[in-house]
Amino acid sequence: MIDIAYDASHLLGTLVLMTSFALLYQRRLFALLHVFTVQALALAAAAAWQAYAHDDPHLYITAVLTLALKAIAIPVALHRIVQRMNIQRTVEPALGIGLTMLAGVSLVTLSILLVLPVTEGATALTREDLALSLSVVLLGLLMMISRRNAVSQVVGFMSIENGLILAAVGVAGMPLVVEMSIAFSVMVAFIIFGIFLFQIRERFETLDMRRIESFRGESGE
Amino acid sequence: MTPFLHVVLLTPLLSAAALALVPDWRLAARLNIGASGLTLLAALALFAAPAGATVYLVLDAFNIALIVLTAFVGLTTAVFSAGYIGHEVDSGTLTPRKLRFYHAMYQAFLFTMLLALSANNLGVLWVAVEGATLTTVLMVSLYRTAAAIEAAWKYFILCGVGIALALFGTILIYMAAQPVMGPGLPAMTWTALQEAAARIDPNLLNLAFVFLLIGYGTKVGLAPLHAWLPDAHAEGPTPISAVLSGLLLNVALYAVLRFKMLLAANGAALAPGPLMVTMGLASLLLAGPMLYRRRDVKRFFAYSSIEHMGIITIAFGLGGPLANFAGLLHMAMHSLTKSAIFFAVGHAVQVTGTQKLAGIRGLTVSHPALGWGLLAGVVAIAGLPPFGVFMSEFLLVTSGVAAQPALALALAAGILIAFGALVLRAQQLCFGAPLAETAPLHGTLAPLYAHLALVLTAGVWLPGPLVGWFRTVAALLG
Repeated sequence: MIDIAYDASHLLGTLVLMTSFALLYQRRLFALLHVFTVQALALAAAAAWQAYAHDDPHLYITAVLTLALKAIAIPVALHRIVQRMNIQRTVEPALGIGLTMLAGVSLVTLSILLVLPVTEGATALTREDLALSLSVVLLGLLMMISRRNAVSQVVGFMSIENGLILAAVGVAGMPLVVEMSIAFSVMVAFIIFGIFLFQIRERFETLDMRRIESFRGESGE
Repeated sequence: MTPFLHVVLLTPLLSAAALALVPDWRLAARLNIGASGLTLLAALALFAAPAGATVYLVLDAFNIALIVLTAFVGLTTAVFSAGYIGHEVDSGTLTPRKLRFYHAMYQAFLFTMLLALSANNLGVLWVAVEGATLTTVLMVSLYRTAAAIEAAWKYFILCGVGIALALFGTILIYMAAQPVMGPGLPAMTWTALQEAAARIDPNLLNLAFVFLLIGYGTKVGLAPLHAWLPDAHAEGPTPISAVLSGLLLNVALYAVLRFKMLLAANGAALAPGPLMVTMGLASLLLAGPMLYRRRDVKRFFAYSSIEHMGIITIAFGLGGPLANFAGLLHMAMHSLTKSAIFFAVGHAVQVTGTQKLAGIRGLTVSHPALGWGLLAGVVAIAGLPPFGVFMSEFLLVTSGVAAQPALALALAAGILIAFGALVLRAQQLCFGAPLAETAPLHGTLAPLYAHLALVLTAGVWLPGPLVGWFRTVAALLG
């Protein structure tokens, strides 16, 4: 007998992970935002499916919030920022794409090796869900490291949060407070990031983090 | 649950909302002091209240002293801040509009700190620390200079990632506890978790602790995750540097320690000691030599904070009643002394008009009260008797010698390296002839001397109840 609940959540979780890989090799900012939208859609679907499969209605709220904020509001706003501020549309990653992908594959291997042995008591679904979400978190970190551009770093940060939500919805009965706080923090984080983007634009004429990082604050040393 | 705890939390929350509506900054500064004073009074009343716990809030031997300490530093910093911003407005670096925002954020920050300390729920703790990050990022960027924005960005990115990892650790804790305690709130409640800790799967607990240590450890400023700390301290307003060092680092460490208690109560989980000792020692040995190369006075004392957080982490990593006691005492002493130093530094920067170490000379000649106060603060933080920091460092090194002689040697070496830098710089800052004409002092030195008096008292005599709490907590920490 085929276990639909298991297969579907597995599929959606994997889809989130695949989009994380896709984020790693995008050179154009618009393409990056499109892939991020797809990831948010997959995550919203995963949350909705968990709500349905476990009969856990409060997860629908998480799904709707993810859909509204991450799949619609944030990509639209970032699109506008890129357009209005006339940022260079193509960005050269700090690491080569081949190297980044290789590092990404190793991170996924690492998280599977890390999670599976310590969760022997848990159900198969929980274990694999955790391995997938840890991979998404680590790939998001890799993206923040390998990108120099402020917009890509914001997208990397949000894909880390996607991984966290994926983990939270995969655990049975996680109290609502956490999901709410995640959604809230994303919103606030975005506002702040938005302010920063404008401020940085004012000061540095470019959103390339290399220029900012070369500024050490302690001149004369 | 005692109603005073609710007053402690609601006062800063409501004041934050109210202060956002007050356009006159002079009035706002006074209201800020009043609100902080009210919070402190309610916090002092907690001493009379019995310990207790609800689903979301807890009051026990561990957090009561830290809540009162936080409320106290909140009040003294508000007093210092009133004088500080007066000078900033006169010199045109801050506008009244920004100050409205600043005062609201100050109270919001105090609220998040107090909420994190009194939270009985892992999720609430996380939200509070996350909120503290957001408010302080906004305050660090207040001056809107290129350096301030760069500092705030770095702070936000690093601590944002740290906070994300801490949340992952929190989810893992829930995952570990949920099979034993069932789904729902109890599996995220400190008091319930503490009771059930022995039955929780130790493997998942271990994995969770690694994420939590790295996550909250970023906010503690432990090496190699400390890069945000000096920038955030140097580029923001000085009252913010004082509360960052005095309160935020402590609260982040408090979170780590709560999780360490869980591991200690579990028994089968890995000993978190070696991990914490390694990170603490790395911070201590990195910050010590870096002190000699600093040219900026606020950056200099920020590195000293990294050093001291390293020392405290080593103490808790070593474990045992004596080292834990030393760690708790050092948390309190460092918090009081370092914020006192930042008060003095704030005044010194304003009277000399420069943040460069080379530009500040002979403070005891130009402003005797300020100069001697700063000197006393630096002597205290360097770990000389009769101040309280000496006592905690002495306790720690002696307990270290008994447990791990090699480690105690490295610890003593680290403390001595930092000691040299502190004495060298203190002598340059406070003695000699002033370089140029200095401005008169703005505001009062009362907060500085209040802190110094407390640190001096603690070095000579510790009140009985305080010793009792610290002993209880030291035993729980394992």
